[in-house]
Amino acid sequence: MASQLPPEFIVKIDYDHCRRCRRCVMNCSFGCMQFKDKVVPDHKKCVACHRCVTFCPESAITIAKNELAYKENANWLPEVRQNILKQAETGGILLAGMGNPRPFQILWDHMLIDACQVTNPSIDPLREPMELRTYLGKKPNLLEFTDRNGEVDLATTLQPQIKLDVPIVFAAMSYGAISLNAHKALALAAKRSGTLMNTGEGGLHEDLYSYAGNIIVQVASGRFGVHSEYLNTSAMVEIKIGQGAKPGIGGHLPGEKVGEEISKTRMIPAGTDALSPAPHHDIYSIEDLSQLIYAIKEATDYTKPVGVKISAVHNVAAIASGIVRAGADVVTIDGFRGGTGATPMVIRDNVGIPIELALAAVDQRLRDEGIRNNASILCAGSIRNSADVAKAIALGADAVVIGTAALVAMGCRVCQNCYTGNCAWGIATQKPELVRRLDPQVGSERLSNLLKAWGNELREILGSLGVNSIESLRGSRERLRGINLDEQTLKLLGIKPAGIGQ
Amino acid sequence: MVMRIDCKGMYYRILNKIIRDAINEGETEFILDNVNGQRYIGNGINNDVKITINGVPGNDLAMFMNGSYITVNANAQDGVSNTMNAGEIIIHGNAGDVVGYGMRGGKLYIKGDVGYRTGIHMKEYKKKVPLIIVGGTAGDFFGEYMAGGIMILLGLDKNEDTPIVGDCIGTGMHGGVIYVRGEIEEHTLGKEVSVFNLDKKDEKILNKYLKEYCDYFGFDFDELMSKPFIKLLPISSRPYGNLYAY
Amino acid sequence: MRSNCYIPSGCAVSGMMSESGKRVDGSDIIKSIALMHDRSNGLGGGFAAYGIYPRHSDEYAFHMMFDNISVKESFEDHFKDRFDIVLDEKIPIRPGAVFEDKTSGRYNGYGTHPIINPPLLWRYFVDVPESKMKFVSESEYVVEEVMEINSTIDGAFVASSGKNMGVFKGVGYPEDIGVFYKLDEYKAYIWTSHGRFPTNTPGWWGGAHPFSLLDWSIVHNGEISSYGINKRYLEPFGYKLELRTDTEVVAYLFDLLVRRHKMPIELAVKALAAPFWKDIDRMPEPEKKIATCIRQVYGGALLNGPFSIILGHNRGMVGFNDRIKLRPMTCARKDDTLYMASEESAIREIAPDLDVVWSPRAGTAVIGELNEEVV
Repeated sequence: MASQLPPEFIVKIDYDHCRRCRRCVMNCSFGCMQFKDKVVPDHKKCVACHRCVTFCPESAITIAKNELAYKENANWLPEVRQNILKQAETGGILLAGMGNPRPFQILWDHMLIDACQVTNPSIDPLREPMELRTYLGKKPNLLEFTDRNGEVDLATTLQPQIKLDVPIVFAAMSYGAISLNAHKALALAAKRSGTLMNTGEGGLHEDLYSYAGNIIVQVASGRFGVHSEYLNTSAMVEIKIGQGAKPGIGGHLPGEKVGEEISKTRMIPAGTDALSPAPHHDIYSIEDLSQLIYAIKEATDYTKPVGVKISAVHNVAAIASGIVRAGADVVTIDGFRGGTGATPMVIRDNVGIPIELALAAVDQRLRDEGIRNNASILCAGSIRNSADVAKAIALGADAVVIGTAALVAMGCRVCQNCYTGNCAWGIATQKPELVRRLDPQVGSERLSNLLKAWGNELREILGSLGVNSIESLRGSRERLRGINLDEQTLKLLGIKPAGIGQ
Repeated sequence: MVMRIDCKGMYYRILNKIIRDAINEGETEFILDNVNGQRYIGNGINNDVKITINGVPGNDLAMFMNGSYITVNANAQDGVSNTMNAGEIIIHGNAGDVVGYGMRGGKLYIKGDVGYRTGIHMKEYKKKVPLIIVGGTAGDFFGEYMAGGIMILLGLDKNEDTPIVGDCIGTGMHGGVIYVRGEIEEHTLGKEVSVFNLDKKDEKILNKYLKEYCDYFGFDFDELMSKPFIKLLPISSRPYGNLYAY
Repeated sequence: MRSNCYIPSGCAVSGMMSESGKRVDGSDIIKSIALMHDRSNGLGGGFAAYGIYPRHSDEYAFHMMFDNISVKESFEDHFKDRFDIVLDEKIPIRPGAVFEDKTSGRYNGYGTHPIINPPLLWRYFVDVPESKMKFVSESEYVVEEVMEINSTIDGAFVASSGKNMGVFKGVGYPEDIGVFYKLDEYKAYIWTSHGRFPTNTPGWWGGAHPFSLLDWSIVHNGEISSYGINKRYLEPFGYKLELRTDTEVVAYLFDLLVRRHKMPIELAVKALAAPFWKDIDRMPEPEKKIATCIRQVYGGALLNGPFSIILGHNRGMVGFNDRIKLRPMTCARKDDTLYMASEESAIREIAPDLDVVWSPRAGTAVIGELNEEVV
């Protein structure tokens, strides 16, 4: 059926400056740029990935939104009409990539951070010690000591703890959803920056085994590439229950992406679809989760923390409490803006709750129950900058998780076409000619730079708060104030409105 | 003529006013007895007067001082020579924290130990080069932010196990020079400084000031020089040039 | 450039302890804190004294503040069902008191600030009834009751609740408060004192230092920048932080770590003013393992921001600073007496010839212990 959809973008070429080098044609992975005596764009195919713009030596390409006029209608917005057209033409579920793009209130932007003035000094983070080191894992509520003739020693043995030099870890993104080069860049950067990358649910390629100390290996419902060696080639194991972009939804890596290397890594035949069921079929209730947690602990001889990742849903606080009581050492909460390679748009845009509220609820619930020390909290789902990191930690997170921000650092332009496999930046693709575009060394350097910059910004924030260690910010909601937030939201976040003192 | 003041129980504002009024009437020398805790002695004095302090002066001794000569025959507290411009201070005891903050001229000779953040943000400009010599040991952040001037740390009469100086030495230092009589553990150095060997010019500086120092406190100069010194200099005058994006 | 420049003023603390348990009256500690008059602003001062009630040393001494007589009556209705009251009496005071001794620390020529409008001040010496200790220990019971009184009886406040000790505090300059409470008529082997320059928290009688719970008392110079998380850390353990000030967290943290978790005091200080990771990483074992685990487990108890703190308790006195020494503290000894104060002159004022004077390093506790026969 011929499509009635208008192009989303208009590609404008400045022919006075175009030197016809065809770099744009070579770089466009969506087939938009063709060469017929001159560069001719097929506007309909443009996704605004900016590959051509970036590589045009004359800066002769711009991309504009197609400002096609529609009869005004606040209800039937153009995108609503376009989505109906797409579905009428195909009968298909609308697919989407990346996180929820709709203009919900971003609560991070309604929280402001405190600073010291006179009564307590700010601290200069460049010259005085400023500690970001964070340990993930279950802690006891108290330590016991032995005293043998004045020789004091520890009687308590702590469960395994993972050291992070910066309280930011990379999100679970599977080899399959993203390329091997992207995985390598993440692993290299995690090692260089003293943090963790997460395999996602697609197994761990052998090339990355040497980064075990900086890797979270994930166990998801599809159990791809999960075996004893995989579990043990890690700093930590994470059971994935849900993902912010698609709570309650399984996954599907199409067979055309399952090439030789993915086949080997996921341990499925090449060319077959890799299906992740919506639930784990050995977890239909919380006691089953406990059973899986301890199964993994047995398999790893209790040497690694076992985490559980859930999406932020309405009852997240009670669920998190159950997860901690089930024996998880780390709980990852992924908010409704969290990213994905592919998900039904209706789910991405309508299911789940904001991470800010979920995090606040979980941290408070665990404290109310006296079990906050029993697990670390990782906060995920659209952490965009170091201010978001600081605010998340002040609300109660031990560390944050970045997926989209990490991809952007590697070159992603958030064009939201990950599911097409045509990623022009070599990230969300398995096509060898595209994957080659991402040099793991360069990618890791960009990621490390991002973490270094955010780390330094966090130190600046801590310094201005007059504290020299991240644990003095962690959960310190007193240092946050809300602006333009209603009373109920303030209460849920556990913060006071701006203008109110201590 | 010497003006002698019994400061017992005297509030600092009264004491300092007596001193200022007397200076305005031409007085040039003071002996202050029974000092204990009075703040701001010598503060903002621009004249060339001599003040001898018997007892422990309060905080901010000689703050903003511009040209006097002060002797303290006891320990001094925090904030000695704060933002001092010129003059000379001799302390026959220890001094507290934040000694010589923003000092930009003059000399400060301390016989004993100093606390934290000595010489913080000391700076020099053209011919104004502030100097601090500490006879004993120093706490953490010695020479923090130091932007100019000279500091000499001697470590005399210290216990074997006491380090001559604490942690984070010269952190943020981007000017001036620190001389230390003894060894420093690498991990205690701020990331902006490095250890260098002394050259002829350094020896001249040490000779000149340490002779003066020894005369004040009766130390033996040759014995003092018998132990090797090291020199600390900032690696760059712009340590944070690469901190920001673009 | 961001400054961390330290402000050479703010609150004043002073403490003294006779290791042999020699009891001295309160005149010296008043003189010492008076010397640092300018470090406070007349909105709070107070003292803790140990060994003052030898005839009631087995009973909990509740020092109470009431807004008015009807609050006192409703408090007593509540209280008499919970404790066996051995004795109750008015705390002796000199209304309108002013410190009149000569000190270089203050100049009365600019006017004085006599202590006025005190709340009703009463003390109760009490035993815990046997019947109350079926499920909780005696000290736990007292803590719960203190928390309940402070959070539920509006207008009543427990200033102290320990044995053979008491806290005397209020709104005013500390030396005036000392005269007001007739501290010259008490004899103690440990005295701590505080002159307050309140900024973050309103000046009210209950809000002055020391903060006390059981026999713990805290005087504190500086501000706890980590208050927000310290408070949230303590709440699940049943502590109710109602006093609108940052200092109470310190008293409760010592109660939690030392009394309830049975941590040695020197290790509790390592949790509250923890060594830096870079120093921990260089420590030998088992010191390294202990310090690492303390930071991992007690991160919420880490006190951050500038402070110097003197902790008093029935077995001694402990002084310590924040991790980068943003607040001053000088310690000294003369014979068997240990002194600690924000300024050396405050010690010299009462002990001109000291055997030794020193400034403790950041994060390093100076631990004074009473001789065993005293305890």
